[in-house]
Amino acid sequence: MSEAEVVAAILWLALTAYVVLAGADFGGGVWDLLATGPRAREQRRAVAEAMGPVWEANHVWLIFMIVGLFTAFPMAFGILSEALYVPFTIALIGIVLRGAAFAFRAHGREAVGEASPWGVAVGAASVIAPFFLATAVAAVASGSIQVSAGRLISDYTAGWTTPFALVLGLFAVSMCAYLAATYLTVETEGTPLEGDFRRRAIAAGLVSGALALASLAVAGEAGRALLIALLGRGSPLLAVALINGPIALAAVWFSRPRIARVAVAAQVVFVLWAWVVGRGDYLIYPDLTINAAAAPSSTLTALLVVTAVGMVFLLPSLVLLFRVFKSRNPAAAIPPT
Amino acid sequence: MDNVTLARATMGTSLGFHIVFAVLGVGMPLLMLVAEGLWLRTHDASWLMLARRWSKAFGILFAVGAVSGTTLAFELGLLWPRFMAFSGAIFGLPFSAEGFAFFIEAIFLGLYLYGWDRLSPLAHWLTSIPIAVSGALSAVFVVMANAWMNSPSGFRLGSGGQLLSVDPIAAALNASTPTEDPHMLVSAYVVTGFAVAAVYAAGLLRGRDDTLHRRGLVLGMSMAAVAIVLAGITGDSSARFIYQAQPAKFAALEGQYQTQRGAPIHLGGIPIDSQHRVVWAIELPGLLSFLAAFDTNAEVRGLDSFPPGQTPNPVIVHLSFDTMVGLGILIGLVALLFWILVIRNRQVPRRRLLMWAIVTSGPAAVIVMEAGWFVTEFGRQPWVVYGVLRTSDAATTAPALGPTFLVFFAIYVALAVTTARLLVLQARRNRAAQ
Repeated sequence: MSEAEVVAAILWLALTAYVVLAGADFGGGVWDLLATGPRAREQRRAVAEAMGPVWEANHVWLIFMIVGLFTAFPMAFGILSEALYVPFTIALIGIVLRGAAFAFRAHGREAVGEASPWGVAVGAASVIAPFFLATAVAAVASGSIQVSAGRLISDYTAGWTTPFALVLGLFAVSMCAYLAATYLTVETEGTPLEGDFRRRAIAAGLVSGALALASLAVAGEAGRALLIALLGRGSPLLAVALINGPIALAAVWFSRPRIARVAVAAQVVFVLWAWVVGRGDYLIYPDLTINAAAAPSSTLTALLVVTAVGMVFLLPSLVLLFRVFKSRNPAAAIPPT
Repeated sequence: MDNVTLARATMGTSLGFHIVFAVLGVGMPLLMLVAEGLWLRTHDASWLMLARRWSKAFGILFAVGAVSGTTLAFELGLLWPRFMAFSGAIFGLPFSAEGFAFFIEAIFLGLYLYGWDRLSPLAHWLTSIPIAVSGALSAVFVVMANAWMNSPSGFRLGSGGQLLSVDPIAAALNASTPTEDPHMLVSAYVVTGFAVAAVYAAGLLRGRDDTLHRRGLVLGMSMAAVAIVLAGITGDSSARFIYQAQPAKFAALEGQYQTQRGAPIHLGGIPIDSQHRVVWAIELPGLLSFLAAFDTNAEVRGLDSFPPGQTPNPVIVHLSFDTMVGLGILIGLVALLFWILVIRNRQVPRRRLLMWAIVTSGPAAVIVMEAGWFVTEFGRQPWVVYGVLRTSDAATTAPALGPTFLVFFAIYVALAVTTARLLVLQARRNRAAQ
C-alpha cells in the first residue's frame, strides 16, 4: 500500500464512522418527524436524549473527512466541490439547519416547540442532508464525474440527477432511519418505546432492502461501474453483507437489541468497504486514481503524524464519551405519561 | 454580479457570522472553568450558578458555531475550488490539527453539558479543561492557515506553476504566524470578556444588584482587561510586521498614498483615490514612521508606488483599521476605569454611566474584532494567497451563486435572531427559578 492509499483508507474509515454514527443521528431526526401514536412525545424525547450528548462529536467525523481530503487530495477536493456544487450546498443547508434546530429545541424547549418551524426543521433537514450526500456519492460511484488534465470536464448536473442517484438518496435516508431505530431499541430497552422502535426498525430495514434491490434495477449504464466494483474485488465483503442483512433483521425481529445494533451497523460497514475495496486504485472513477491525486509525500507523512498524535487524544476521549452516555440505559428512566 | 464578487460576499458573510460564535467557543470555556473551579474551592453557590447558566447558553452558542464552521469547511471548496486545489497540500495540515482539537472540544462539551448529574463535581470540572485548551488550540491552528495566506511559504513552484515540493511544517509556521496567531487568540478573550461583562452590567442597571451579577461582571471584566492589553501589544507587533512584509496592506490601512520619509499618521479621514490623499483626517507628523520602525525618519511606501491592480481598497481597509484601533482603545479605557474604581473603593462599582459604558463595550468588542478581520482580509486583496494566487482566479465557475448567497444570508439572520431570543428566554427562566 502506498502512503496515499493509507491516507485514503483512513479517510474512508472516517466516512464509515460518520455514516454509522451521524447517520443514526439523521435517522433520529426522521423518527422525530414521523413520531406517531400515543407515545409520540416520548419517542421524540428518547431521540433527543440519545442524540444530545453525542451528535456534535459524531458530526466532527465529517469535518475530519473534509480537511483530510483537501490536505491529502487537494485536486480531488476541488473537482468534487465543483462537480457536486448543488447537492453539496443543499446537503450543507440541511446539516446547518438540523444542527442548529436540534440545539435550539434541546436548550430552549418552551420557545422552540416541536410544532414550530425550528421543531419541524430537525426532521426535515435530517432527510435532506443524507439524501443529497448520497446523490453526490452516486455521482462518484457511477463514474459520472469526468476529469481531464486536473480540470473538471463534466457538467454540474452529471451523475447526481439520475434515477440511480434518486434511489440511492432514498436508500441512504432509509438506512439512517434503520440505524437509528435499531440503536433506539437499545436505548429504550425494557420500556414500551422499545416495541415502537422495534417495529420502526423492521419497517425501515425492509424498505432499505427493497430500495437496495431497486437501485440495482435502475442502475443501468450509470450504475454499472458501481456494480462491477462491488462484484469484483469487493465481492467477499458484499457476500458477507448479503448474509448479514437477514441476520440483522432477524435480531431486530426477535428483540435482541444489542445484537441487532452491532449487526445493522456492520451491514453499513460491509457495503461501504465492499465498494471501496472493489474500486481499488480510484478516487474519482474513471479519471483520477488515488496515487495521481495525492499531495506530495511530505504532506502525506505530516498528515499521518498529526493523525497518529491526534488519535492518541481522540480515541480515549471517544471511549469516555460513549461509556458515560451509552453504557447505561438513560431513556428507560423516562416515566410514561 | 459575477462569481468572484458573489463568492467573496458569501465567504465573507459566513466568516463574519462564524467568528462571533467561534471566539465565544474559545473564551466561554475558560470562564466556565474558572467559575466552577472557584465553586469547588469556596463552595459558594453563586459560582456554581454562574457556571451552570453559562453552560446552558454555551450549549446553543457552540452548536451554532459548529454548524457555521462546517459551512466554512464546505465553502472553501464550493466557492474556491482552484484555491483549495492549489493550497490544500500546503496549508491543510493546521486544518487537520484543528479538526482534532475541535473533535476533543465537542466530545468534552458533550460530557460537560450533559454530565452535570452523571459525573462527580471534580470529574465534571476536569472535563472543562480539555474544552478550554482545545478551544484555544482550534483558534491557533486555524489562524495558522490564514497566516499562510498572508505569508505563503513552505513550498516550491515549477516554471509552469506546478507544485514541486512542500514543507507543511514551514507553511504552518510561516512569517505571519508569530504575530497574527497571538493577536487573534487574545482577541477571542477580549470579545468574550466584554460580552459577558455587558450582560451582567445590564442586569445591574436594571437593579439586579446581587452576588451573582457582581461576580459575573468582575469575571468578565478580568478577562477583558488582561486580554485588551495583550491585544494592544500583539496588534502593535502585527502592524510592524505588516510594514515589513505586506507594504501594500500597510499603506492601505494607514491611507498612505505617497512614499515618504517621516510619514504622518492619519487618524480617521477618508482616503480619496482620485486625489491621492486622505481627507478630513487628523495628521500627526512623523508618527507613522516612528510606530512602524521606531524612527521618525523611516520611509513608508505609498500606494502610488505599486503597479495598478496590486493594491487593496484603501477606503475599507483604512476605515476598518481606524475602527479597530479607535474602538479598541475606548473599550480598553472602560476596562481601565472599572479596575481603577474597584481598587480605589475596594468594591464593585455600580455607577450608571460606567455600567452603560460596559454594556456598550460588549457589541463594541465584536465590532473591533470584525474590523480587524476586515483589515486582514480586505488588506490582502487582490490576492487570496499573497503574491501567488489572485482571488479572481480562485473562484468557482459553478452556477447559482446568487441564490446560494441569499439562502445562507437568510439562514444566518434566522440563526442570529433565534439564538438571541433563546438566550433572553434562558435569562428570564434563570431569574424565575431564583
